[in-house]
Amino acid sequence: MVEKIKDWVSRFYIGIIMIFLYAPILVLIVLSFNDSRSRVTWGGFTLNWYQRLFSNRQIKEALATTLILALMSALIATVVGVLGALGIHAMRQRNYKIMMILTNIPMLNADIVTGIALMLWFVHFIPLGFGSVLLAHITFNIPYVILSVMPKIKQMNLSIYEAARDLGANAVYAFFKIILPQLTGGILSGFFMAFTMSMDDFVITYFTKGAGVNTLSTMIYGEIRKGIKPEMYALSTIIFVFVFMILLVVNYFPSRKKEEKSYIG
Amino acid sequence: MKKRIVCFVMAAVMACSGVLTGCGSKKTEVTDTLTVFNYGEYMDPDVLDQFTEETGIEVKYEEALTPEEMYTKYKSGAIEYDLLCSTDYMLQKLISEGELQEIDIDALENKENIGDKYWEFSKAFDPDNNYTVPYFWGTLGILYDTTKVKEPVDSWNVLFNGEYSGEIVMQNSMRDMFMLALKALGYSLNSSDEKELKEAQELLLKQKPDVQAYLVDEARDEVVAGNATMAVVYSGEAYLGHQYNENLAYVIPKEGSNVWLDSWCVTKYCDNMDAAQKFLDFLCREDIAQKNFEYIYYSTPNEAVIESLSEEDRADEALVPSDDATKDCEVSLMTDEKTTDFMNELWKELKAD
Repeated sequence: MVEKIKDWVSRFYIGIIMIFLYAPILVLIVLSFNDSRSRVTWGGFTLNWYQRLFSNRQIKEALATTLILALMSALIATVVGVLGALGIHAMRQRNYKIMMILTNIPMLNADIVTGIALMLWFVHFIPLGFGSVLLAHITFNIPYVILSVMPKIKQMNLSIYEAARDLGANAVYAFFKIILPQLTGGILSGFFMAFTMSMDDFVITYFTKGAGVNTLSTMIYGEIRKGIKPEMYALSTIIFVFVFMILLVVNYFPSRKKEEKSYIG
Repeated sequence: MKKRIVCFVMAAVMACSGVLTGCGSKKTEVTDTLTVFNYGEYMDPDVLDQFTEETGIEVKYEEALTPEEMYTKYKSGAIEYDLLCSTDYMLQKLISEGELQEIDIDALENKENIGDKYWEFSKAFDPDNNYTVPYFWGTLGILYDTTKVKEPVDSWNVLFNGEYSGEIVMQNSMRDMFMLALKALGYSLNSSDEKELKEAQELLLKQKPDVQAYLVDEARDEVVAGNATMAVVYSGEAYLGHQYNENLAYVIPKEGSNVWLDSWCVTKYCDNMDAAQKFLDFLCREDIAQKNFEYIYYSTPNEAVIESLSEEDRADEALVPSDDATKDCEVSLMTDEKTTDFMNELWKELKAD
């Protein structure tokens, strides 16, 4: 009896959590097929919003800006972050600690402080535009890369690198053949973390963007005044389904991945 | 797997850069640039493209949500805006601070399209019509469900006589609520008299038990969905409400109400007045005003557009308020600090108990 109640409670608990997490997304998906601009009346099923989404130049431009910004800032931040992490790792204990604290600050700092500080800084040197947003995104992405690569560097076996050098590999060759493969997991997770952070960001983008540059988040913000257009529901649905598919794929082939990993060591 | 992910990332980067270059390629020859600051969703994007095509002037377009946000961003000086579109009291503030340049209104070819009435409204904050060109306007009124009221609504009184207890939605906005209470009492909505403001607060306090909720954007939807009988809304919201639910009607109460006006102005940063004038003239042109009107559906001050409206639209009080309905309406102006503080205090008391 007690077991039954326990079972029921745990099911109920997980059910509640699922509802809170996914009911809003479900509502959004349903609304993206609603043939009425209102949120409270159901005007029948339609694919109209999807069609309008693909013919709306503004949304396409904002989406392109968002993706390019996320990819470029994540790529650059990954390169800088990996090199930085290697350098920090090689430092002496005291400097290492100082650098790690400095790396943590931008992550823990409120976005609005970072945003305003960057804006004040940029205004003096470059005109606000795509470039300033990109620089800002790289800035707040680097710590995420360093933090996800650092544990991998600590686990790394330096003897293999030294052995490679002993056997005649030059530094660059040994870096790409020995060090990089050992860090791949950390680099990839750092890259994706940076990518997501950049896609998500509103506050810093809002302060550092110039006139005429819009990401999805700043564009949606501009729409709030007259109510968010159903095209945005359609776009959000597409993004959600896309992410959902990626997660399905990633989680469906774990066994094969493990085998591969054991060869790499 | 690893390689595949790397390949995927590379492909994505290439695809995106393709899109980027694709976007930039079809530009007409650009001679000048204007940086324009407007509210979100407040202009048909095609209009901007057409302007660039016709004049060769490129427009860098930036959006904000509220007049306050616009003011803060403008004042920070991070971006030097040439033109901006803002609301009456904010324009008054900008003019008083010397932020704006005079416009040669008479040189605008399409000036005649804007009705005299709107130049008259503008005088409340721009006494000589030197600084601003009207863009859109509207009123504050009552949106109600015609199937649920016993007699036609025509006065603020229906909100206060207790007949529709629990079926009323008010705006959760201090200024709007004081404006309508002052008007209901027969005072000016710009009153700074403490006794009158106190009276307005008492009226709102007495009404409080009858109010279902104080809302902002959801006010319209509550009436559309049938959860409330009437709501205080702005006319633009009311027109959309009518589109969703035919039984809804909008009225500007006979005691008068608030008229708001969004107008264009040229900032002191603008060093290409010629281009700015072209832009303003372009917005007043009939076909362009028509496009913007169809995109936004707020009341337009462009009489050429009003004349081309359908009979049904022209009869809609929310879209084309009659001269009679707006005769006792006032534009709301900046309040001085003392009055603002006093009103804040009263509003807090009102919302507290």
